Amino acid sequence: MPDDARRNWLNLPDANGRFGEFGGRYIAETLMPLVHDLERAYREAQQSNEFRAQMDAFLRDYVGRPSPLYFAERLTQHHGGAKIYFKREELNHTGAHKINNCLGQILLALRMGKTRIIAETGAGQHGVATATVCARFGLPCTVFMGAVDIERQKPNVFRMKLLGAEVRPVTSGAATLKDAMNEALRDWVTNVENTFYIIGTVAGPHPYPELVRDFQSVIGKEAREQHIEKEGRLPDAIIACVGGGSNAIGLFHPFLQDESVAIYGVEAAGRGVDDRFEHSAAIGGGRPGVLHGNRTYLLQNEDGQILEGHSISAGLDYPGVGPEHAYLHSIGRATYLSATDDEALTAFQQCAQLEGILPALESAHALARVGDLAKQLGPGKSIILNLSGRGDKDIFTVADALGTRI
Amino acid sequence: MTSRLTNRFAALRTQNRAALIAYVMADDPDPDGSLAILRALPQAGADIIELGFPFTDPMADGPAIQRAGLRSLKSGGSLKRTLALLARFRETDADTPVILMGYANPIETMGYSAFAAQAKAAGADGLIAVDIPPEEDSPLRAALQNENIALIRMATPTTDAARLPKILEGASGFVYYVSVTGVTGAKAIGPDAARLAVQRIKRATDLPVAVGFGVREPDQARAIAEVADAVVVGSAFVDEIAKTIDAGRIQDAPQSVAQKVKSLADAVHGAARTAQQEGARA
Repeated sequence: MPDDARRNWLNLPDANGRFGEFGGRYIAETLMPLVHDLERAYREAQQSNEFRAQMDAFLRDYVGRPSPLYFAERLTQHHGGAKIYFKREELNHTGAHKINNCLGQILLALRMGKTRIIAETGAGQHGVATATVCARFGLPCTVFMGAVDIERQKPNVFRMKLLGAEVRPVTSGAATLKDAMNEALRDWVTNVENTFYIIGTVAGPHPYPELVRDFQSVIGKEAREQHIEKEGRLPDAIIACVGGGSNAIGLFHPFLQDESVAIYGVEAAGRGVDDRFEHSAAIGGGRPGVLHGNRTYLLQNEDGQILEGHSISAGLDYPGVGPEHAYLHSIGRATYLSATDDEALTAFQQCAQLEGILPALESAHALARVGDLAKQLGPGKSIILNLSGRGDKDIFTVADALGTRI
Repeated sequence: MTSRLTNRFAALRTQNRAALIAYVMADDPDPDGSLAILRALPQAGADIIELGFPFTDPMADGPAIQRAGLRSLKSGGSLKRTLALLARFRETDADTPVILMGYANPIETMGYSAFAAQAKAAGADGLIAVDIPPEEDSPLRAALQNENIALIRMATPTTDAARLPKILEGASGFVYYVSVTGVTGAKAIGPDAARLAVQRIKRATDLPVAVGFGVREPDQARAIAEVADAVVVGSAFVDEIAKTIDAGRIQDAPQSVAQKVKSLADAVHGAARTAQQEGARA
């Protein structure tokens, strides 16, 4: 990789919100002053001891951080290679990494004097995490969710309602996550005065990919220290699933400068990465374009129309990927693999039976590739896998896929 | 540089008239129907045409134009097909300025230079790229400049005094004032607010100022035409197409749209304008 790219790892995005050729601010003019305001407010917050103290306190006492780094002994024995550690993000309050980001953004919203929160959600995990922090801080919350997803994810819809959020069904377009994001942007452009948009992944216009990454980087910072404590050295590889890629960038970012650490992202291969586009592997099977405020890899046709994609995991079912992942791919700092629906299902069951942990179907995609990696590295080496969420939400989908009636 | 667009605004200025800019989506409801609608627009009184090209994720559009985009895509619509439609329109109309309007990704996919060259060849006079703000538009602007195609910049109710110069620097063709915070076809703007906004922009530029988003009715259009150089109407026309489809008489779409255009054109052209509106910075 080029030297200048290496030097820039920690200083990206640049002042224009670019990670190399990726990122930027591709949004309607009405929203431009708002994202500039957000960036100013974020820069102030970054300098504020009070903000940091608030974050630390809530992460510790409300979210339950630090999350443990757990040696998955039986899975390691099963694969017979490098040691596999799980970063246990599924033990966080609300059962996934999403809350790290929601907490940061709502504290930012409060600093900016915003009085209403909106969010998009696909599987409902980000919606639940947003509804949770809105309840905690007493702000009204509207979550946009595709009508198709509402049907697929009823438990999370009810959870959001219990937390006091309004779940607004989106019927436009294909009625899934990308349309929920379109609808959230339409709401934001309409209610510019009082509304803060809590974006759930490392997408959207600058500064969202940066601030979501920063709020999620607590994952990698902790994991790095914990691994050094347990093994006396850095891991040889780290691995995480990638949809939009917020859990992955949270793990990856604090390791970018550690060149001995190999970095792997795992995209959703659905029913196979080919030109039927029954997958959600934006890097593996897409090409660069512009959607939802940034330039990145996208699933799209020859006219630049966005394709729906598919994954058994609703949280990975997004036609794009965060611009920083696109950049890390382009400079070769991270390697992006993929796992099919079937492979994720097998890994889901394997993790349940060997480790007594039901992983989220999203995280199961990383689990599906960790065995190959462990064998390839061999004994004496070690890997950190981000167990980004718990799988309780997925039992209906899994039962369905296995042909079992609950 | 002279162009169909600057000539049209100059001619309107000598008549002390505002322009009606009529928006329709390309290939809505289908290529032939869309061509018939386009051809009906100037006859019905549209001074300038805004031709939308479809995108799967139109984040700044309200339900009416979203549905128009879906109809277009369903009939095989694309940016390439939009340019082909425009080329067919130009076979019989060499004078009416046509502004393309849409989202970044189809343009990105075609490539800026290729897009500019093909848009020129098809007979386009300008482009409104909804999700490419000034911070991101320099390479596209350069490509369009080579082909003498205007890149229309937008000002909005969130544009403050600090931002306005950034929008105007490098603007060409006209300035599009998005009159409401919201999506296309949403709530309406009051005439007083429009007057203030247009005056503020005109103090800072010699370019004509068009007002759009949320203009649907003749009375509203007339009030805006008293102060602005152009009034943009879109959702109201697109709705006419939807209505004819719902009523099972899709063949009447051109006529229905033309009637609606005429009612709005009459209002815009009949607006009482003071001489002050003629000179921009006077």
